[in-house]
Amino acid sequence: MKPASFKYHDPRSVKDLVGLLATLENKKLLAGGQSLGPMLNFRYVMPDHLIDLNRIPELAYTRAGADTLEIGAMTRQRALERSEDVRRACPVMVEALRSVGHIATRNRGTIGGSLSHLDPAAELPGVCALHDATLTVSGPQGTREVAMSDWGVSFMTPDLASDEVLTGISLKTWREPHGHAFVELARRQGDFAMAGVGCLVALDANGKARRVALALIGVTSTPTRLSAAEKSLTGTDLADDAIRAAAAEIDKLEALADAHASAAYRKRIAGVLLGRALKTAVARARTPERRQ
Amino acid sequence: MIDRRRIKVTVNGVPHTREVEARRTLADFLRHDLGLTGTHLGCEHGVCGACTIHLDGEAVRSCILFAVQVDGCEITTVEGLADSDGTLHPVQQAFRDHHGLQCGFCTPGMQMTVTAFLAENPAPTEQEVREAISGNLCRCTGYQGIVAAALDAAQKLKAR
Repeated sequence: MKPASFKYHDPRSVKDLVGLLATLENKKLLAGGQSLGPMLNFRYVMPDHLIDLNRIPELAYTRAGADTLEIGAMTRQRALERSEDVRRACPVMVEALRSVGHIATRNRGTIGGSLSHLDPAAELPGVCALHDATLTVSGPQGTREVAMSDWGVSFMTPDLASDEVLTGISLKTWREPHGHAFVELARRQGDFAMAGVGCLVALDANGKARRVALALIGVTSTPTRLSAAEKSLTGTDLADDAIRAAAAEIDKLEALADAHASAAYRKRIAGVLLGRALKTAVARARTPERRQ
Repeated sequence: MIDRRRIKVTVNGVPHTREVEARRTLADFLRHDLGLTGTHLGCEHGVCGACTIHLDGEAVRSCILFAVQVDGCEITTVEGLADSDGTLHPVQQAFRDHHGLQCGFCTPGMQMTVTAFLAENPAPTEQEVREAISGNLCRCTGYQGIVAAALDAAQKLKAR
């Protein structure tokens, strides 16, 4: 099996990359290649030009600030998994990464590739939604920022023009003590999730939910925050009836259906996963020493 | 429109310089251009793990990498595991001892996955081993022997 012929470009800087984006037609950007590689082999895509981002060192970094975690688009998933910055500032990402493919795919796969491909079942876009990420995009027109809530335009379609590239991601981290959890259900370890839920919870002095964030993957066409469920849980003691009421919000969503799971099944398990994620996150919020 | 590039790679300690077409996958480069047919191709779209090799020490799938991407890199294939006198690597010996080979098709990918995994996690639990090989498919469905081999190899490697 081999892809159709293409011309290979390996720019060494973002400046050179943007120059290529401005001039080349029918091009594809190659990040980790764990989705694009198969698409090329199947000739599902047949670009005239393949622009390899792997030789642009300025696109791979993690920088932890007081309330932010900045990540370069070409930072590999395995590097994030091993990063002390990520473990401290965004432990839910480390937990989510365990379900991202397998070690061999995480060794190549990048966060920017995952966000640009935007598979509805992908974990990292869900984590970016959970942490209210801001994405930086560059192109011949200059640089612009996109909120994660606006990034998913439709099924596997991010707000990214054909002459643009995602260069960096900035997550808003929680300075206050909180618990986290990322849980999903897939047919086997590392397979595409039929549903997955990411959760952050901060408790007040009385053990009630002061702040809640919930993100859902694999169910809707783009990763989504469960804002109504977050609102209904805030201020409660996160008991079973409050969790049930929050999970009921999932029933109102328009869910994907495919050979792996019907829309009804996806919503059903998403509700169960929401409960599990909340319980784990609350338990971790109550035992701060386990948080890291 | 045929785009060719000259690349330099070191495979199992031996340097090679070759001209390759840009669309040449790393797996095809290893098998057809260098004659290293130990690396197997199952699905050719990054699902089965049979083509797993080490790229600069990390396990990766060679069917969804292009040879042009590894210019300047160091590669180890299954042919590079045993000593030059033929003494098997502890992981290979353990596969033999625990009936982890079976038909042999998934073996190169399994062994490259397990060697990289044990280098990073020298004392894994059975569950961790199962998770580590979750990206490698064995259609003899004899994962039991493979898991036993990986756990035994971990012990043997620790003792070395």
